[in-house]
Amino acid sequence: MYPAAFEYHAPASIQETLGLLGRLGDDAKLLAGGHSLVPMMKLRLARPKHVIDLRKVPGLAGVREEGGSIVIGAMTTHWQVESSPLLCEKCPILSDTASVIGDPQVRNLGTIGGSLAHADPAADIPATAIALGAEFVCEGPKGRRTVKVDEWFQGLMQTALHEDEILVEIRFPAWPAGSGGAYMKFPHPASRFAVVGVAAMVTLDGKGACTKAGVGVTGAGTKAVRAKGVEAGIVGKTLDQATIEGAAQNAADGVDVQADLQGSVEYKQHLCRVFARRAIEAAVKRARG
Amino acid sequence: MATVTDERLFGKSIKRREDPRFITGQGRYVDDLKLPGMTYAAFVRSPNAHARIRRIDTAEAARHPGVVAIFTGQDMTGVNSLPCGWDLRKEKGVPGVIQDLAIVPHMPLSTDAARHVGDPVAVIIADSQDAALDAAEKVRLDWEVLAAVTATDKAAAPGAPVIHAGAPGNVAFQWEIGDAAATDAAFEQAAVTVKKRIVNQRLVANAMEPRACVARYEDATGELTLWVTSQNPHVHRLLMCAFVLGIPEHKVRVIAPDVGGGFGSKIFLYSEEVVCSWVSRRLKRPVRWTSTRHEAYLTDAHGRDHVTDAELALSKDGKMLGLRVRTTANLGAYLSTFAPAVPTFLYGTLLNGVYEIGAIHCHVSGVFTNTTAVDAYRGAGRPEACYVLERIVEAGALALRMDPIELRKKNFIPKFSGAHQTLVAVAYDSGDYPAATDKLLRIFDYKAFRAEQEAARKQGRLLGVGFSTYIEACSIAPSKVVGALGAGAGLYESAKVRVHPTGTVTVFTGSHSHGQGHETTFAQLVAHELGIPIEQVEIVHGDTGSIAFGMGTYGSRSGSVGGTAILMSLNKIKDKGRQIAAHLLEASPKDIEYSKGQFQVRGVPGKAVPFGAVALTAYVPHNYPEGLEPGLEETSFYDPSNFCFPFGAHACVVEVDRETGLVKVLRYVAVDDVGNVINPMIVDGMVHGGIAQGVGQALWEGAVYDERSGQLVTGTMTEYALPKADQLPMYETDRTVTPTPVNPLGVKGAGETGTIAATPAVVNAVVDALVPLGVDHFETMPLTPERVWNAIRRATTR
Repeated sequence: MYPAAFEYHAPASIQETLGLLGRLGDDAKLLAGGHSLVPMMKLRLARPKHVIDLRKVPGLAGVREEGGSIVIGAMTTHWQVESSPLLCEKCPILSDTASVIGDPQVRNLGTIGGSLAHADPAADIPATAIALGAEFVCEGPKGRRTVKVDEWFQGLMQTALHEDEILVEIRFPAWPAGSGGAYMKFPHPASRFAVVGVAAMVTLDGKGACTKAGVGVTGAGTKAVRAKGVEAGIVGKTLDQATIEGAAQNAADGVDVQADLQGSVEYKQHLCRVFARRAIEAAVKRARG
Repeated sequence: MATVTDERLFGKSIKRREDPRFITGQGRYVDDLKLPGMTYAAFVRSPNAHARIRRIDTAEAARHPGVVAIFTGQDMTGVNSLPCGWDLRKEKGVPGVIQDLAIVPHMPLSTDAARHVGDPVAVIIADSQDAALDAAEKVRLDWEVLAAVTATDKAAAPGAPVIHAGAPGNVAFQWEIGDAAATDAAFEQAAVTVKKRIVNQRLVANAMEPRACVARYEDATGELTLWVTSQNPHVHRLLMCAFVLGIPEHKVRVIAPDVGGGFGSKIFLYSEEVVCSWVSRRLKRPVRWTSTRHEAYLTDAHGRDHVTDAELALSKDGKMLGLRVRTTANLGAYLSTFAPAVPTFLYGTLLNGVYEIGAIHCHVSGVFTNTTAVDAYRGAGRPEACYVLERIVEAGALALRMDPIELRKKNFIPKFSGAHQTLVAVAYDSGDYPAATDKLLRIFDYKAFRAEQEAARKQGRLLGVGFSTYIEACSIAPSKVVGALGAGAGLYESAKVRVHPTGTVTVFTGSHSHGQGHETTFAQLVAHELGIPIEQVEIVHGDTGSIAFGMGTYGSRSGSVGGTAILMSLNKIKDKGRQIAAHLLEASPKDIEYSKGQFQVRGVPGKAVPFGAVALTAYVPHNYPEGLEPGLEETSFYDPSNFCFPFGAHACVVEVDRETGLVKVLRYVAVDDVGNVINPMIVDGMVHGGIAQGVGQALWEGAVYDERSGQLVTGTMTEYALPKADQLPMYETDRTVTPTPVNPLGVKGAGETGTIAATPAVVNAVVDALVPLGVDHFETMPLTPERVWNAIRRATTR
């Protein structure tokens, strides 16, 4: 299918982009990697009058370390996240998550910022962003502001990003020594999006007790959420099999699970629990080195 | 001058000659065609599953820039319904008919109602594709929305919405085969009977290239050329000319150039190519239409969609006494070209399988629903038969607590030659069914697997093996036989072999390659027979302008039927060549033999004329036999005397994740017997692809309609789960070779074996894995993780 007619803009700076956004408002959509927007346009489910391509805007891509945090430019592709030596060393859960998004073609064009700003309920990265405690740096006409991940995902494909803003970069605060994380997903057989995906980060102290945890659940509901009940079930505890199993039982709490062809509410709740347990088990293994 | 080679090419895995063109983007597909003055078509389709058309308002769309014309069905006066090519009626003497086929109209653009989502009601013709698509959205449709029915088992229920006035109760036909009384008697005597509901879900073919057509009418000559994604261009021409548009055939040329896959879906005559042809005549401009992927999901003929109740009667020691099958086949909203044949003569006639069964009876009802029409999809009827039989046999083994291989072995038809008459009309050509299974078990090492399975079970892992010992009917088909069964066409094939003066050869075949590799296989056959280099052989296909006639490619018929026609022409070439050579060598034609690319006096290799010299003499006939026509070109039509019946044994190993229900295919072993093999690599490729499709049906694929709205929920590739390479193991394939006596090549057909055998093998494997938990059957495919999880849960909480 061909998309409906639209006007194409390729701004060369953030300022120019913001100017266009201010002028065009609702009629414009930002194009990052195009792997969510373009298919919707081709099916004519999205028909923006203006498309603002961010690919010519300098300074939006790249992975760097800044004051202990990992900072990833919004236009960094999934492949760049997957293959970044810095991430593989310092934050392997991000590389792992990126490596199971779509297929190589998707990962070569799709971007981390595009995925997080689009907020597809079945996208992978949102779960990991929640587990890591990401912060979103947005730039608008009034300058930059930072949004914490717990405020970011607001509903089905809705985020805290204002219409006149662009997402510039995502910051991932450093986790203490003794931390490990893993993302486990149950892929949709056709799209490979997450039917259910769970990301878990844990920090273990010298005695093996969990001092900090982050668990994000994606896929099952209308937006990715923090599994607070799971986190509460493991923090302060020694993570033996029974503890993990018990905590994972809370994985579907607070998830507005949606039934579809891939499963009933009950089945998807069950998958949330199974994948929470598996993700925590893998995270603990990594934390122990 | 042609050089001579003594390379024996029959049976060699030479690389496909067409592939460099395809993999470097140089294939020429219909959508690549650009003609001066081209217009573009976009179809306005029903968003409703069932609705009466109140009004179609095209005024605003007509004002859209670039729009050339808009037509609705009302404009297409003098155009007839798309024909159904298989006539199941008692008055035609078709055996087994209980209720005559309701031949319901299928107008290219519906004028009264839409009967499925995607049913076309108008066409926009514009100067660009964009303009046509944009304008199509501006057509205002006023509908009276009607209740719809999509589910196979609800179509004929009392109170279901009636889809066609000519088919009350939505029953399209009722048909039976076998002996009901004998089957009843067998069940009376049975020690054990099993009964299962077995659903063969609806599938979408998903050829890589979507359907497309370009129609060009030339006013000066009155000739119409139609380029179309077709598996059988002559059939397209015949149906369109004789039945729908009433244009004389000699004024119509149909070209199917490079075609990217068909799997059956490109056999049939569709609305779009008829409409584009009609519009081109009306506007005197070329018209192009290319399906979007979503349109392909909505309009390409779907496959399968059977709901079956099957019963098997067994003696205490495991002899199969009787098989009773009752099937409802969903035909969709209209009768597609060969739709009635698929769930009848391509299905019921295969229910004897490779077994000796005491008695068989099968009853089939075809029903209309508010869904896309269903027709042949790779295997067409035979996968449905094989699935029913191989599932109910496994269920029988479970009921008897007998090993499934042991049960099969007890009932195999013993090795035979000549013919084996089944209880369901057909007679098998040749077979050694125990041999294929024995070979499979050797490769697979069944004993070792059962030990591994036992060990795995102790660790809580769920491993299972599934078998499928299948038979299929291909080499379609003897014309007299299919004629008596209701076919509107003969199913022979033609081949013209043209030897050029320099000794190179062009073959014009009525078979059509849309992925099968004919340009290699047929060239290989010719080079082998003539003893000339393969580079000197060209295969031409897919053009009614250059090929005498042809029935095209489906039903694994090209090698056996098309190949035999080529062989017949080659033999005629050799016969004529012998006369020319005899003249040149001053010998008697009966003393001339053809060997390694030359005509020679029998037993005197030194006294010989090369093939090229004979060819040149035929075109420069200065020194030439008296009374013999110059030239070296021969045409043959081959009509097979019987179907061919490939068979084999497949084994699949799966592991089931107890927690999630996810099935992983760990191992797949296939032993097929397709008769003689011209190119083993190409046959292996077809087996591989077929297995992928078969596994796909078992585990992932399925067209799902929302019962309330009648919408196709799986209408895109992000919802409809096609098999992917990383979900499949490396296959282990092997063969036994039982040549068919039906044709002189001894080849049976290899295009569909994988799809037929794989589906039951996978499902049997999953059941085998779950038997210890108490799961003994799955009613519906695909075996999605949730279905498997539910089955485990139900069984373990019982």
